[in-house]
Amino acid sequence: MAERDNSGGGLMNAPHTVYAGEFPEMKHHLPGAAVPWINALRTDAIDAFMALGFPGTRLEEWKYTDLRSLARHHFTPSATAVGFDATALQPWLPGNEPAHRLVFVDGHFTPELCPFNTLLDGVTITSLASVLDDAPDVLENVLGQNAGLEQPGFNAFNTAFMTDGAFIDLSAGAILELPIHLVFITTGIPETLSTVRNVVIAGANSRASIVESYIALQDATCLTSTVTEIITGEGADIEHYKLEQEGPSAFHLAGIYVRQGRDSRFTSHNITLGGRLVRNDLHVDLDDTGAECTLNGLYLTRGRQHVDNHTWIDHNKPQATSNEWYKGVLDGHSRAVFNGRVVVHQDAQHTTAQQTNHNLLLSGDAEVDAKPQLEIYADDVKCAHGCTVGQLDAEALYYLRTRAVDEATARSMLVYAFAADILERIRLQPVRQLLEQELAARLMDTGALRLQQEQAVH
Amino acid sequence: MLSIKNLHATVDDTPILNGIDLSVKAGEVHAIMGPNGSGKSTFAHVLAGHDQYRVTRGEMLYNGRDLQAMPPEERARAGIFLAFQYPVEIPGVGNIYFLKAALNAVRKHQGLEELDAMDFIALVREKVEMVRMDESLIYRSVNEGFSGGEKKRNEILQMMVLEPRLAILDETDSGLDIDALRTVADGVNQLRSDTRAFIIVTHYQRLLNYITPDFVHVLGAGRIVRSGGPELALELEERGYEWLNGITAGAA
Repeated sequence: MAERDNSGGGLMNAPHTVYAGEFPEMKHHLPGAAVPWINALRTDAIDAFMALGFPGTRLEEWKYTDLRSLARHHFTPSATAVGFDATALQPWLPGNEPAHRLVFVDGHFTPELCPFNTLLDGVTITSLASVLDDAPDVLENVLGQNAGLEQPGFNAFNTAFMTDGAFIDLSAGAILELPIHLVFITTGIPETLSTVRNVVIAGANSRASIVESYIALQDATCLTSTVTEIITGEGADIEHYKLEQEGPSAFHLAGIYVRQGRDSRFTSHNITLGGRLVRNDLHVDLDDTGAECTLNGLYLTRGRQHVDNHTWIDHNKPQATSNEWYKGVLDGHSRAVFNGRVVVHQDAQHTTAQQTNHNLLLSGDAEVDAKPQLEIYADDVKCAHGCTVGQLDAEALYYLRTRAVDEATARSMLVYAFAADILERIRLQPVRQLLEQELAARLMDTGALRLQQEQAVH
Repeated sequence: MLSIKNLHATVDDTPILNGIDLSVKAGEVHAIMGPNGSGKSTFAHVLAGHDQYRVTRGEMLYNGRDLQAMPPEERARAGIFLAFQYPVEIPGVGNIYFLKAALNAVRKHQGLEELDAMDFIALVREKVEMVRMDESLIYRSVNEGFSGGEKKRNEILQMMVLEPRLAILDETDSGLDIDALRTVADGVNQLRSDTRAFIIVTHYQRLLNYITPDFVHVLGAGRIVRSGGPELALELEERGYEWLNGITAGAA
C-alpha cells in the first residue's frame, strides 16, 4: 500500500518507516539516553524524519539525486567497532604527520588507535558520545542548532540515530599548531550504517585546522550519514577539510553547518574522490559583520559515481565576504550536481560574494547539472558568479602533442592543470601532497586506460 | 629530408592546399611567402599534424616515412618542430614542466637518458639567456598572460631546447619589434647546420634580412606559384603580391 505524499515533495514508499520503526528499541542504547533533553531532541528528530521521509526527486533540492538505489538497501549500525590492525590505516594518514587524531571504526570511537598529542589547556578534543553521556550540558544550546531538522534531507535521520563523532571545544584564544585529524573508517561489512556527528565550538580568536577523512578498508555497500556543526566565535579562524575517499559502492550523505561570528574566518576544502552516491550539504551562516568564508571544492568522478554538492551561504549581516571555488572532473558514466546558493539578506549591505563552478567532462557519457543561485535583497553589494561546463581544450592538446608529448600524457597534464588550482589553495602540506598523489595516480589510470582503448580500436 | 608531392588539403571540406610540391634537403632554409589566405599557415599545420586539416591527395615523406601515418607527437619525436603563429595559452601547466616533458619525450625516443633536474635547469637557463627571455616566464603557466613578443621568444626557446631536425616557423616575425626579430633570427642562425633544415613561413621580407634563405617560394591559392633564390623575396617586397596575381591567373 502506497503512502500518501504529505511532504510537498516526493515521499518515497516507506523505507524511512522501517528505520523509524527500529528507533523506539534502539534509542535506549544510543549515547545520551539518560539525558532528557537529548532524548527529546532524538524524538523530535524521528518525528521530523517520519514526516519528511527520504527526499524524492520532485523536491527542487533533490531533483538530480535519486535515492532509490539507497532505499533498496537496509542499513544497520554495527554493535561495536570491529578490531583490525592499525597499520592498515597508514596509507590514509597524510604523510604520517603528527596530528591530534581521533579514529572511528564503523561509527565507533576507537581510542586505542589514537596516539594523542599533548593538548593545551582550554582545548577539548574527544568523542561526542562520551560528552553526550557524561557532560551533556556543554552541548545543550549547540547540538542541532545549525543542522535544522525540518530541512528535507538527512539531518533529522542523523540527529535521531547519531552514535559518535568528534567534539572539539576551543576556548578563547586557543591556537592549535597541529591539525585535528578525524578518521572515519568503514571496514567493509555490507549494509553497515555509520551515523557520525561532529560538533566544533571555536571560541573567540581561536584557531585550528580540522581534517575529516572518510575511508574504506574494503569496498562494500555501506551508508555513512555525517553531520558536522561548527560555531566560530569572534575573530576565530577555522580551516576545515572533508576528504571523501570511500569505495565505489559506498553511500555517503553529509552535512556541514557553520555559524560565523564577527570577523571570524572559515575555510572549507570539500574534496570528493570516492563513493557511489555522495551528497554534501554545506551551509554557512555569516551571522555578524566582517565574517569571511572561503569554500573550495573538488570532485573527481568516474564509473557510475554520482556526486551532489549543495552549498548555501546566508549573508545575514553587513560587510561579510564569501568566496567559493568549485571544480569537477567527470569521466565514465558519472554524474555531478553543483547547486551554489548565495542569499544576501536585506540587512547585509556591503556584502562581497563571488562564486565559480567549473566542470570538465572527459567522457561523452558524463553529465553535470550546475546551478548557481544568487538571491540578493540588499542594494549595495558586490556579487559575481561564473559557471562553465566544457571539455579539454583541443588546441592545447594539439600544442602539447606538437612538442612530442603523447596524447594520454597531454590529457593528464591538462586535467591536472584544471584541478590544480583547487589543490594549491590547500594550506596543509601533507593533505595537499596526499591529494596531488591521488590525482596523479587517478590520471595515470585514466590515461593508460584510454590509450588501451585507442589501441584496441586501431 | 622532406619530399612533398601534389599535396591537397581541406578544412571542413573547403580546399585550402591545391597541389604543393616541395623538396627540402638537410642544411637548407626555405622561405614560404604569400599573401593572406594563400594557405601558408595551413601548410605549416598540415606538416605538424593538426587534425583539423584533412589531406585529400598527394604525399608527404619525411626521411622516407609517410608523415600522414604519424600523429603530431611522433612527428615531433622524429624531429619536426612547428613554432606557432599563435602559441596556445595553457593555464595551470608550468612552462618549465612542459619543456621538461617535451625534452624527455624526445630524448626517450632517441634512446637517451632523461636529464636530471640540475642538468635540465642549467640547459634551460643557457637557452633562456640566448633568446633574451625574462627567466621568471619559465616558472609561469605556458604562455598564459605572455605578451606577443614573449610568446614568440618562448617558441624559439622550445626550439632551442628541443633541437629539431626540421623546424617550421609560422609567421614567427609577425607583430615583433626589431629586437625580438633579431632574437628569433639569431636562434635560427645558431641552429643552422648541415643536418638541419628550416621552413620559414612569412608574409614580409624583413625577417629574411637576418636569415638568408636558400630558396624562396611564393604561395598563391594553395600552390607554389613561383620559386627562386633570396632575390625573389626582395622583388616581392618591392612589387608586392599584386605583381604575382598575373602569374597566378596565368597558371590557372
